[in-house]
Amino acid sequence: MNLRRTRQGTSDLAALDGKTFSLDKAMTLVSFVLLFVIVFIPIFMIVYNAFFYEGHLDIEMFKTVVFSQDNISAMTHTVIIGLSVTVVGTIIGLFYAWLLGRSDIPCKNLMRALFMIPYMFPPFFGAMAWDMLLSGRGGYVNTWLMNTFHLAAPPFNINSLGGIIFVEVSYYFPFVFMQVVSALERMDPTLEESARIAGASQGTVIRKITIPLVTPAISAGALLILISSLAHFGVPAILGFSKQIYTLPTVIYAYIDRAGGSFEGIRQGAALSILLVFVVTMALILQKVVLSSGSYDIIKGKSMRPTLIKLRGAKYPLLLLAVLTLVLIVLVPLIMIFLEGLVKAYGLPLIPANFTLDNFHNIITSKQTMDAIQNSLFLSISAGVLCMFLGVMIAYVVIKIKPKGKEILEMLSVLPYSIPGTVLAIGVILSWSGQLGISLYNTIWIILVAYMARYLSFSMKSASASLQQVHPSLEEAARACGASHTESLKDITLPLIRPAMVAGFFLIFLPSMRELTTSILLYGPYTRTLGVQIFALRDSGQIPQASALAAVAICIIIICNFIVTQITKDKKGV
Amino acid sequence: MADVRFNHITFHYGKKCIFEDLSLTVEESQIMCLVGPSGCGKTTLVRCLLGFIKPETGSIYVGDRCLFDAEKGIDVSPEHRHIGVVFQDYAVWPHMTVLENVLYPMKKMRLPKEEMKERAHHALEQVRMLGYEEHLPSQLSGGQQQRVAIARALVSSDEVIVMDEPITNLDAKLREEMLTEIRLIQHDIGTTILYITHDQEAALQLCDRMAIMDRDGKLCQIGEDEDIILRPANRFVFEFIGVSNFFPLVRENGHTYLVAGEKFLYDECPPEIFASGKPMEMGSRLNDMVFDDQSPIRGKITRSVFLGSEYVYFIQLGNREIRMQVNALDVMQNNKAEEGQEVGLRFLQPRYYEARKEDHDESA
Amino acid sequence: MTDQIVLRHVTKRFTTKKLGTITAVNDFNLTVREGECFSFLGPSGCGKSTTLRMIAGFEDLSEGEIELCGRPVSVKEKNIYVPPEERGLGMVFQAFAVWPHMNIFENVAFPLQIRKLPKAEIVQRVKEALHHTSLDGMEEVYPSDLSGGQQQRIALARAIVTNPKVMLLDEPLSNLDPKLRESMRFEIKSLQQKFGFTIIFVTHDQSEAMAISDRMMVCDMGNIVQIDTPENLYNRPCNRFVHSFLGQSTFLHVYLKDNRVYVRGDSEQTLDLPIPENVDREMVIATRPNEIDLNRTKGFKGKIESRIFLTDSTQYLVRMGDQLLKVQTPHRITFAEGEECRVNLVKVMWYPEEDPGKEEERARRQLV
Repeated sequence: MNLRRTRQGTSDLAALDGKTFSLDKAMTLVSFVLLFVIVFIPIFMIVYNAFFYEGHLDIEMFKTVVFSQDNISAMTHTVIIGLSVTVVGTIIGLFYAWLLGRSDIPCKNLMRALFMIPYMFPPFFGAMAWDMLLSGRGGYVNTWLMNTFHLAAPPFNINSLGGIIFVEVSYYFPFVFMQVVSALERMDPTLEESARIAGASQGTVIRKITIPLVTPAISAGALLILISSLAHFGVPAILGFSKQIYTLPTVIYAYIDRAGGSFEGIRQGAALSILLVFVVTMALILQKVVLSSGSYDIIKGKSMRPTLIKLRGAKYPLLLLAVLTLVLIVLVPLIMIFLEGLVKAYGLPLIPANFTLDNFHNIITSKQTMDAIQNSLFLSISAGVLCMFLGVMIAYVVIKIKPKGKEILEMLSVLPYSIPGTVLAIGVILSWSGQLGISLYNTIWIILVAYMARYLSFSMKSASASLQQVHPSLEEAARACGASHTESLKDITLPLIRPAMVAGFFLIFLPSMRELTTSILLYGPYTRTLGVQIFALRDSGQIPQASALAAVAICIIIICNFIVTQITKDKKGV
Repeated sequence: MADVRFNHITFHYGKKCIFEDLSLTVEESQIMCLVGPSGCGKTTLVRCLLGFIKPETGSIYVGDRCLFDAEKGIDVSPEHRHIGVVFQDYAVWPHMTVLENVLYPMKKMRLPKEEMKERAHHALEQVRMLGYEEHLPSQLSGGQQQRVAIARALVSSDEVIVMDEPITNLDAKLREEMLTEIRLIQHDIGTTILYITHDQEAALQLCDRMAIMDRDGKLCQIGEDEDIILRPANRFVFEFIGVSNFFPLVRENGHTYLVAGEKFLYDECPPEIFASGKPMEMGSRLNDMVFDDQSPIRGKITRSVFLGSEYVYFIQLGNREIRMQVNALDVMQNNKAEEGQEVGLRFLQPRYYEARKEDHDESA
Repeated sequence: MTDQIVLRHVTKRFTTKKLGTITAVNDFNLTVREGECFSFLGPSGCGKSTTLRMIAGFEDLSEGEIELCGRPVSVKEKNIYVPPEERGLGMVFQAFAVWPHMNIFENVAFPLQIRKLPKAEIVQRVKEALHHTSLDGMEEVYPSDLSGGQQQRIALARAIVTNPKVMLLDEPLSNLDPKLRESMRFEIKSLQQKFGFTIIFVTHDQSEAMAISDRMMVCDMGNIVQIDTPENLYNRPCNRFVHSFLGQSTFLHVYLKDNRVYVRGDSEQTLDLPIPENVDREMVIATRPNEIDLNRTKGFKGKIESRIFLTDSTQYLVRMGDQLLKVQTPHRITFAEGEECRVNLVKVMWYPEEDPGKEEERARRQLV
């Protein structure tokens, strides 16, 4: 029997299309090229420039910069702040997650809505507000307390490590909250019920069953807090500069700022970036070793309602505590910003007599400010749209097409997630300022490239999650019904992931609208972003104007958020 | 209606051979059930038929159309094979209504609007889902979603429909109803159906012919239900259908003995079976045993359980506890045996096979 | 024998956005005696799981009271509510609920550690429990490495280790392979006979319930339909639902004329059956396919329309009037398709015609 064997039986749905130029091959190629250009090159350039100068190995610069006293101190601050914020933020996040996910406390929807607010606003707005309230020199609260109680020195000083930690905790604790509350809601309730039947009181159940089972979620959230804090620029910049408290991101900014764009300064920034990446990598390793214990398969099948723990006597005191804390953390800064935007000059008492609408008026008349708003809108929309489509494409290549080398794609797309925005900015400067033939420096395009490098990982993660929920049999059923590969993508896969794609767009649009860390290093005379403009105004002492612009930014963000929730409500998704 | 022919199909997954030189014909307008334990390769064969997997050798024909031929280099892509499918997890598209789901295959075939509506209506009528056209799958129960999947398969193809374990996820009672419905539908329209399952009871209820596949992807027996049950081709088929007891046999001093701790005289066994010199066993289905006071094989009833249509007796025979099943009607006519009673056993349809190392039922 | 579990007028109502207020459990009254194996049987959405959860203490009652071993544990009117951890029950869940972050020893020892028993005693009792569930020597193993059947055994061991008086089993075998389901049900029964605890067993699989129960309760759409022993429920079901839910059924629509029974669609022959009292002109006769005497000499004349071979029997569809009667016989009784035959109905139940809306309601409840 002369049986000719075909290629070793493949079970790859897409590869069966067989044509040499197919949609799948094109997508794979584009994905590789894109990730190489956007992610790999900047990272490579940083490493190269830190250790090499004009083709020769030069470690001297690296050693001088890294081991200087000031920089060691900055690194120490960075680590102390990072760890403190993580520990405190995790505890607070856990407390609220348990409160909303497992107890019968009322007003849950109200609290959830309040929790979403820190997500919406950049921490540096909070820093600005708290600085106005609790700054050692002239903070409103301090002044009022000193006058009322005849104190010699201001009781609060927000311009300290403690102050930085406080503000960062108030913006980062929702990371743990969201992860844990979602794990609690999806957890199979019979795991806890079986413990209760066995005789365990509710407290014992929490201790021995619930917490160990959500530990993976806790550690995921905690890691997110840690990385965000280590990489953060705005809060230490606003609260720390006046007292010479530096962290690695702010010290890098200081170098570049002082160097005035000289190549030497940027090289030094690159060296420090490596240090920062080293710290972040240590954090990642720490998580794997200390906290991570594998993920448990605890998701329930049938939809069962978990039994809520009755708080009884503790209910209203806890409710009060929870709401008050939220008001303090969330609402007070917001109100402060709006009020300050109305004031004629910083330091004047906040009474109607001192209010004016001039600050808001100036926003519209100032060309620089209007340009900044336009720039941010352009950048956010472009980055959002581009990352949304590219993220889906790359996720599709990795999950469904599975070409050789898909691990490289995965790694490259997820890498920027853990690289601080400061570092990415430096990498982008080194890559696209002429060294490789293309110069985008001082244009808006360099910021866009940096944003794309930064946010591609966001959209890829969310696209991956939703693609994985589209069971292969749904696409196969379409093929069997007569749809070609492309048609099944169009008719079945895309509609099912569309809600996630839209969510993905806003996941990028909102953060990039108010972004500061990356654009502070990349902006040129005509390419200020909204965040940069607010920071610059404040830096030059125009505090009410900065607040007014921040207030406008807040309004834009609230409106956009509202649009998001309207669009993503009731979507017929997976 | 068309027939389906698999000729000499071979497929490996990495180093593991799923099947080798497999041939199977599903006759036109018949329901053929492909039955085998989980993981034996039946789903893989279906995926070869649908075009999601490319075998290494052989050919696949539906009627006159060649869907795959390794030698001639023919490999029709899935969307051109025109085979209706019902998947195990229904695969009903959640973002489309029931009607949109059922219309989809016809849209791809570019049928005229009027014809599409009419065929959809007819299909939904057959699965008793008229009135649910505007519902979304999330508003339907499991059984209803399965019926939508069947309706969609019905409009996809007049020739062949493949069903891959379509009823496993349903309640016991619902499973029975669906089997009857599938049979009735097939009776009406005469499409060829290839039905894949590990549930031999469901297969027996449904099929015109059955093919049994063993763990290594080999077809042990292809035949009608009567053949499979009354004349199993080998031990695997015998054990796979229904539950059976197996007893080691020994030959001593010219007599045959059945071993269960102690030895029971069992001379009904033909001595020729020991010709090969290998150790032999006797297998008997639970309901092929009767009480017989004359029999030297004696045990004691430890428990009797009423199961409705039959009684199950637990009998201590030697050092083993075996199960025996008796039809309720027989019990009514011959009196129920009591717990503690000593009984003699006779085997009505014993079968003799070579002994295996692990010859007790698999523990979990 | 004492009354171990008593339910009086137990009612539970749920309010959901989608479907309004549903009475999931409507006025349940039942008594389970010490040492009994009692099953709750019915289709999805009938209220059996909800009732079990109220007995366990995971759901509050809307009305009524529940007593365990003579002690009231849930009394709606007096606001009495004993939490689950104080009810002294053993429970096995459908999805096993075995804790993945603990090994087998820690899982099974957990209830004993809660009660602060001395370590040596804990080790001993865990060993015994593992022995009774065929898990000897597996103390160090983690559940995620095991099959469904073994995980279920861990759950069983954990439930029996405290020697509870009452065991609640919530569809414990539904997630297992069919062959494993069969053998596990007998294992559970053996355990009960060894230890003597009372069992409440929830299932939708009637053969399972019949195999292990001393008494059963059949429920439908929130109401108790019938409580009795398996034999009585099987042989004297009170309505069509119970008849077809337990075991196989086959139905014939008949009508009465001049005190004789005619099969719908055939005005020539009559069925030779005694007519009970209180019947309508049109009724449904129910019988079991394997309790029909199919022969060539005596009975109603019919024709074999189809024949299939099943594992334990041959199944025929016999044309009678305008209907098809399902008949199951042992393999040794053979008829060919198309052959004429005679049907002798040995045991029948008479029921009125049912209204079709009920099927829809049942489907709706499955979604809740």
